[in-house]
Amino acid sequence: MNWTAIWLTFKLASLTAGILLVVGLPIAYWLTFSKWRWKFIVESVVALPLVLPPTVLGFYILVAIGPHSPVGRLYTDMVGHPLPFTFEGLLLASVLYSLPFAVQPFAAAFDQVDRRLIEASWTLGVSNVVTFFKLIVPLSLAGLLTGVVLSFAHTLGEFGVVLMVGGNIEGETRTISIDIYDEVQALNYAGAAETALLLLAVSYGVLLLVYAMNRKVWAVWPQK
Amino acid sequence: MAAEMIIDMTKTFAGRTPIQARIRYAVEASTVLILFGPSGSGKTTVLRSVAGLEWPEDGIIQFLSRTWLNTRSGVRVSPQDRQIGYMPQDYALFPTYSVAGNIGYGLGALPSHDRSKRIAEVVELFQLQGFETAKPRELSGGQQQRVALARAIAPRPQLLLLDEPLSALDAPTRFQLRAELRTLLKQLALPSIIVTHDWAEALTLGDVMAVMGEGQVHQVGKPHEVFSRPADADVARIVGVETVVQGRVIENANGLATVAVNGVKLKGLSSDAIGTAVYVCIRAEDVVVEQAGSGMTSARNHLMGRVSEIAPQGVMVQVTIDCGFPLTATITRGAMEDLCLVPGASVIAAIKAGAVHLVPRSAG
Repeated sequence: MNWTAIWLTFKLASLTAGILLVVGLPIAYWLTFSKWRWKFIVESVVALPLVLPPTVLGFYILVAIGPHSPVGRLYTDMVGHPLPFTFEGLLLASVLYSLPFAVQPFAAAFDQVDRRLIEASWTLGVSNVVTFFKLIVPLSLAGLLTGVVLSFAHTLGEFGVVLMVGGNIEGETRTISIDIYDEVQALNYAGAAETALLLLAVSYGVLLLVYAMNRKVWAVWPQK
Repeated sequence: MAAEMIIDMTKTFAGRTPIQARIRYAVEASTVLILFGPSGSGKTTVLRSVAGLEWPEDGIIQFLSRTWLNTRSGVRVSPQDRQIGYMPQDYALFPTYSVAGNIGYGLGALPSHDRSKRIAEVVELFQLQGFETAKPRELSGGQQQRVALARAIAPRPQLLLLDEPLSALDAPTRFQLRAELRTLLKQLALPSIIVTHDWAEALTLGDVMAVMGEGQVHQVGKPHEVFSRPADADVARIVGVETVVQGRVIENANGLATVAVNGVKLKGLSSDAIGTAVYVCIRAEDVVVEQAGSGMTSARNHLMGRVSEIAPQGVMVQVTIDCGFPLTATITRGAMEDLCLVPGASVIAAIKAGAVHLVPRSAG
């Protein structure tokens, strides 16, 4: 088994889930509580990675961070090397690709928090930010955990985006799924089977955890 | 400038009658305003606007010298900055916090020592000792109500806002807590606004009362005056109790109390002790008008009097009888004709003891 690829993939998935926890919370909060009438535009943008082919998403990210874009130039000037085909570039792409897997469970959990509790908190003189951490987060724990775990699991298995943005560089951007693909290309089915089984076991374990933890907040199936 | 509360607001919810409230009254240390009305009358919206949880599209809300809302000059004070205690109808206790955690929730600005001290103080005031670590769902309805009230007053608010504070409780608990709440409000010397649709609560707790119906404020005045002298037919219909007079319990035998009202004795159901000052409340449809000199009936109260006023109300007629105090009866037009009722006629008003409602009032 390619332990370098496995280690890299878990590092990528953990960092992605961690970043999404930080970035996803304010987005989900805003999506849940904003009364802006055009909010659905942002909601649709966040959900886009759910339906877009990973190659399309990867292509746009590649162009956006490439040496010809302002963002890419700025990054190159600051860090000294371009963003595409590096671990950092891959991480950025993963965060965007898994955004709905974090934001949607977060928002669903926030939505289930009784508005009257939040209002009660406000009348007790507690600011919006403190209300968020003292009241909303403890009441949404299951949903937050679901979002983190799902974005972790989703990143484990990504393929198209990795190939587009990261390429296939050993120790830098070669993830488990790319490694499996390489093994199959090389007709090494036994090696592919081992790695595939590992990925299957981990993904199933992670989903088991989510479903066992909470069946109410968010599910792949429609809510009953 | 006198210390007063000014509410002058318009709030529209899509597809509903706009809520237009104009209430202005003098505020002393413990003045209680009752927002009275049926459900859907807009009373909760007014309370929520005072709390800063609804934003009227137009208007002014001013408490003492502080302006909380002025749409014309763009003043919008957030609920956090109003220093209020607010208790919603279902209490909205924080399920993840214990009783002590709920009470201490709004005390985050205090140093930890002062915070614990204040929690202990409030726990004692509300007799919640022993429940500090319990979660809200482990408590009875009455205890939850006390925790919600304790949480609201713990940060020492300037104004207390209670939305139907007793309506979620069963009748015996409600009756007991009504009296306790009155004592507590006076003890705290904290001005408050209470939303209710229960006239006994309005009479027991209120100093000022605003009657609301269909988004409008119909009358503002002292509760017993509003009940006994409604400004118009709408108010009379909303409050639903036409006769409210002051009396005193002079006898009590197994729950059947005798009350003296201007020297007239009335029997009503009450467990109040002898000497208790009460409001005697009688609905006009519970009063039977008989010709003077007719026979015995099962009604415990037979009051001799003279008709002082006759006011037609559709197919019904509202007859005011002076029987030592003004008593209002609603009878049909046909009954009025059969009894040959004219102003000045002598009649007997019969009322069953169960229809004579006695609501304790404070001596003050």
